[in-house]
Amino acid sequence: MKYEAVIGLEVHTELRTATKIFCSCKTSFGAEPNTNVCPVCLGLPGVLPVLNKKVLEFAVRTGLALNCEISRFSKFDRKNYYYPDLPKNFQTSQYDLPICEHGHLDIEVDGKKSTIRITRAHMEEDAGKLVHHGTSITDSDYSLVDYNRTGTPLLEIVSEPDIRSAKEAVAYMEKLRAILQYCGVSDCKMEEGSLRCDANISVRPVGQKELGTKTEIKNINSFRGVERAIEYEAMRQAQLLEDGGTVVQETRTWDEKEGVTKSMRKKEEANDYRYFPEPDLVPFTVSDEYIEEIRRTLPELPDARKARYMAEYGLDAYNADYLTNDKDRADYFEAMVAAGADPKDAANWLMGDFAKLLSRDGLEMKDAPVKAADMADLLKLITKGTISGKIAKQVFSEMWTSGKTPETIVKEKGLVQISDTGALEELADRIIAANPQSVADFKAGKKKAVGFLMGQIMKETKGKANPQIVNGILTKKLSEQ
Amino acid sequence: MALLSRLAFGPEELEEMKASMNSILTYMDELNQYDTEKVEPMVHAVEQYNVMRDDVPHTSFTNEEALLNAPEKENGYFKVPKII
Repeated sequence: MKYEAVIGLEVHTELRTATKIFCSCKTSFGAEPNTNVCPVCLGLPGVLPVLNKKVLEFAVRTGLALNCEISRFSKFDRKNYYYPDLPKNFQTSQYDLPICEHGHLDIEVDGKKSTIRITRAHMEEDAGKLVHHGTSITDSDYSLVDYNRTGTPLLEIVSEPDIRSAKEAVAYMEKLRAILQYCGVSDCKMEEGSLRCDANISVRPVGQKELGTKTEIKNINSFRGVERAIEYEAMRQAQLLEDGGTVVQETRTWDEKEGVTKSMRKKEEANDYRYFPEPDLVPFTVSDEYIEEIRRTLPELPDARKARYMAEYGLDAYNADYLTNDKDRADYFEAMVAAGADPKDAANWLMGDFAKLLSRDGLEMKDAPVKAADMADLLKLITKGTISGKIAKQVFSEMWTSGKTPETIVKEKGLVQISDTGALEELADRIIAANPQSVADFKAGKKKAVGFLMGQIMKETKGKANPQIVNGILTKKLSEQ
Repeated sequence: MALLSRLAFGPEELEEMKASMNSILTYMDELNQYDTEKVEPMVHAVEQYNVMRDDVPHTSFTNEEALLNAPEKENGYFKVPKII
């Protein structure tokens, strides 16, 4: 039987505020343990949390970018559970009146467009970090807790089960990350935990309406992990059903190393979070004026930017998509174009050599050692014929390591392309004379002989000969032989 | 209920709790008789809205202060018993 996967994602994103959601402690990453804590986030008795204005603003901003309805009236609730990462034994979250509801975003996978509905997005506080003593959570004698992260503002974005494949899930995550970055509300680093994803997955025979039993996969912390974990879990469930078994509703954890999902220890009792309104925080209202004010400051979003790149620069959907799904990359591209680079050339370089070196050095776009203006100058040197495309690659690699401008490198290394027809003709005569076999081959109809001779000329000139001119000269001279 | 609240009761206490919980539930039944269809749910006892603060950092505890009430600590962390 053929099965299809039905997937919904719960994404937590850390909001990039200076302070925590309910107190004035800093949110900085990597501080000494338990130094960004105060009576409020440690949950000491008698404290009064107060909502950070910026958190509400970021939540509304994100909601608008995700086409959500913004609730005019919203409140916080307590979600009760016992785990030492929460010093209060409850997490302050939003239950029945979330700030954002009923949104959607559009994705495209292999040319197929889909709209993924967003159920809700709500504000909540992050928990602390546990360091387990021992080799794993199960065999440790005790745990150590750092509450620095406790109270860091989170936005939990929940999708409807509209996703049908691992690839679509990745596309959804990438689009969501792009939107969050464009809005400037989060760093979105999955590896550092500022973007986290839990996946609800079930499978059903193709054509069946009713949903199958779902499992929830936790501990996915890379984009690659999203794809692998979902692929594995959908396969596991389909295999189970195929073998006549049943899927157990449970929480499973993704083991990145082994590439499998594993059943987490079953909870002793049903989850009962006993939500109730948080009495320490008063509800809040959001006015139309406030929403419109934020809407006005929304940047051009990825989809609009992509459409513009296609219309304005004539890029194809694939290139435009690649450039716009990372805000820094799109900004860099536009800076190159503004500095005079041809848009298509700029796109090709960013997708090619530039991307290669970024990934080789494990760098983010914003940490690239080459300035956009220098990149544009490099492309202009090719267009002007000063250097060949091949030499340009060499110059680029040198720019990357030394940070020098392309002009300086070309001058210092004497890389200017030889377009002097006289000099090239002389060289061509010499090479032809030295390779009578190639001439014979050419006469016998082997056009490849031109390539061999071209190679010899390039060797002589260390790749600096203008290939178009050399090709012309060789073809002419060989025909005259 | 005891499991959810992480509380332990002796047999006598259990009896006492049972009686007291039952009386609460009976009272709830009494409330259930009333038609609340047209009553707006009250979300907060205080009629006040939008109390917020600016996103400006203030001084936090020092690590020593943070750990003053900790029954056990290690290397600047709170130390807690085995969890699972």
